[in-house]
Amino acid sequence: MTSVLEVRGARYILPGRGTGDGGRALVDDVSFTVGAGETLVLLGRSGSGKTTTLKLVNRLLEPSSGEILVAGRATGGIEAHRLRRGIGYVIQEVGLFPHFTVEQNIGLVPRLEGWAMDRIAQRVRELLTLVGLDPDRFATRRPHELSGGQRQRVGVARALAADPPLLLLDEPFGALDPITRAELQREFRGLEARLGKAMVFVTHDVREGLMLGARIGMMQEGRLVFLGTAAEFRESPHPECRAFLEAAA
Amino acid sequence: MELLRFYSANSREALGLLTQHLWLVLLSTVVAVAIGVPLGILLARRPRWRRPVLGFANVCQTIPSLALFGFLIPLPFIGGVGARTAIVALVVYALLPIIRNTYAGIAGVDPAVREAGRGMGMTDRELLTMVELPLAAGVILSGIRVATVIGVGVATIAAAVGAGGLGVYIFRGVAVVNDTLILAGALPAAVLALAADGLLGLVERRFVWR
Repeated sequence: MTSVLEVRGARYILPGRGTGDGGRALVDDVSFTVGAGETLVLLGRSGSGKTTTLKLVNRLLEPSSGEILVAGRATGGIEAHRLRRGIGYVIQEVGLFPHFTVEQNIGLVPRLEGWAMDRIAQRVRELLTLVGLDPDRFATRRPHELSGGQRQRVGVARALAADPPLLLLDEPFGALDPITRAELQREFRGLEARLGKAMVFVTHDVREGLMLGARIGMMQEGRLVFLGTAAEFRESPHPECRAFLEAAA
Repeated sequence: MELLRFYSANSREALGLLTQHLWLVLLSTVVAVAIGVPLGILLARRPRWRRPVLGFANVCQTIPSLALFGFLIPLPFIGGVGARTAIVALVVYALLPIIRNTYAGIAGVDPAVREAGRGMGMTDRELLTMVELPLAAGVILSGIRVATVIGVGVATIAAAVGAGGLGVYIFRGVAVVNDTLILAGALPAAVLALAADGLLGLVERRFVWR
């Protein structure tokens, strides 16, 4: 199996002139690979470098050193906006465009890529159905007319629009109420199996991590201190893993 | 009553001055938008320039308008006596609210929306034209509205440099101590300011995104 995402010794040093936090490594020598159909969950406390790692992959932040390959190509050699159009990106705050309808939000990347209008419309309907929203009811609504859970469904559909092989998810269900969250987590598991995409899923919720990821990466102070299957994670003697498991017990 | 009689006796002149006034405001506002909006965008991209540019625009705003007209008269190219000087002065006054609101409107765009846009692969230009400017349009328009209302008022002083407009009646009225004449200039100017405020306010309301 070829890996869709390969991170080799990535490091990110906060820019700054030696004052305050400047010069501190937010991500320090992190390496992992993710194959097609595989979900890697990055687990860790706030500030452990999970989100920063994601942003290094789609170059919202530029790695200070190390190499990142997407589908075998070094990300540094691809124009940032081209690279990003091939990577789905879902964030906790969703970030739907308030002046766009649901349909326009989901169809954004295809539109940037110059797809024909009817092909975009077709794709939007497909995706709305996929994430469990009735196209006839939701396509023409605006984001403020949606509930939090519906917004994040649209967020996921938008990330999938151009059918990218890799999906980055940054605490996508973190801002939802527990019931909606459980519902979306369940459906997301179904999607994982059906889509066969490589995914990196960032969360600080162990239970969510164990439910959604076959593999877990534990981050602590910028370093990847554990990387293994969910079963291995449960047995890991590493103190940070134990701390997370005990907190969830 | 007296005012009505004055207007009916001088209708052609009054209409001419009103048109002149409108032109001064319209032209100066258009020029100020053409300069101010790009400058505001630049400030949103280069935060370091914000203090000096807004500071300078702020200082311009504090110059008494009569003094500014006076300063401009001896200057070559932009100065002299006539409409050109008045328009330059009006542009100077209109700039601050337009620059400031353009900057504030763009800076006020939800960071999550911007991150999502970038994360999906929008270029800087796409983000600006498809997301930031439409979302900032309401705030930008409100700056243009303030600039226009200020312009209607300041334009009455343009008569002092021979640019015409409704100020002609006011200055003439002050010189000959005639209240009717002063009112003949001041009243339509006030109505104009209110009308511009209301009209632009209506347009502004179309750009409210929740």
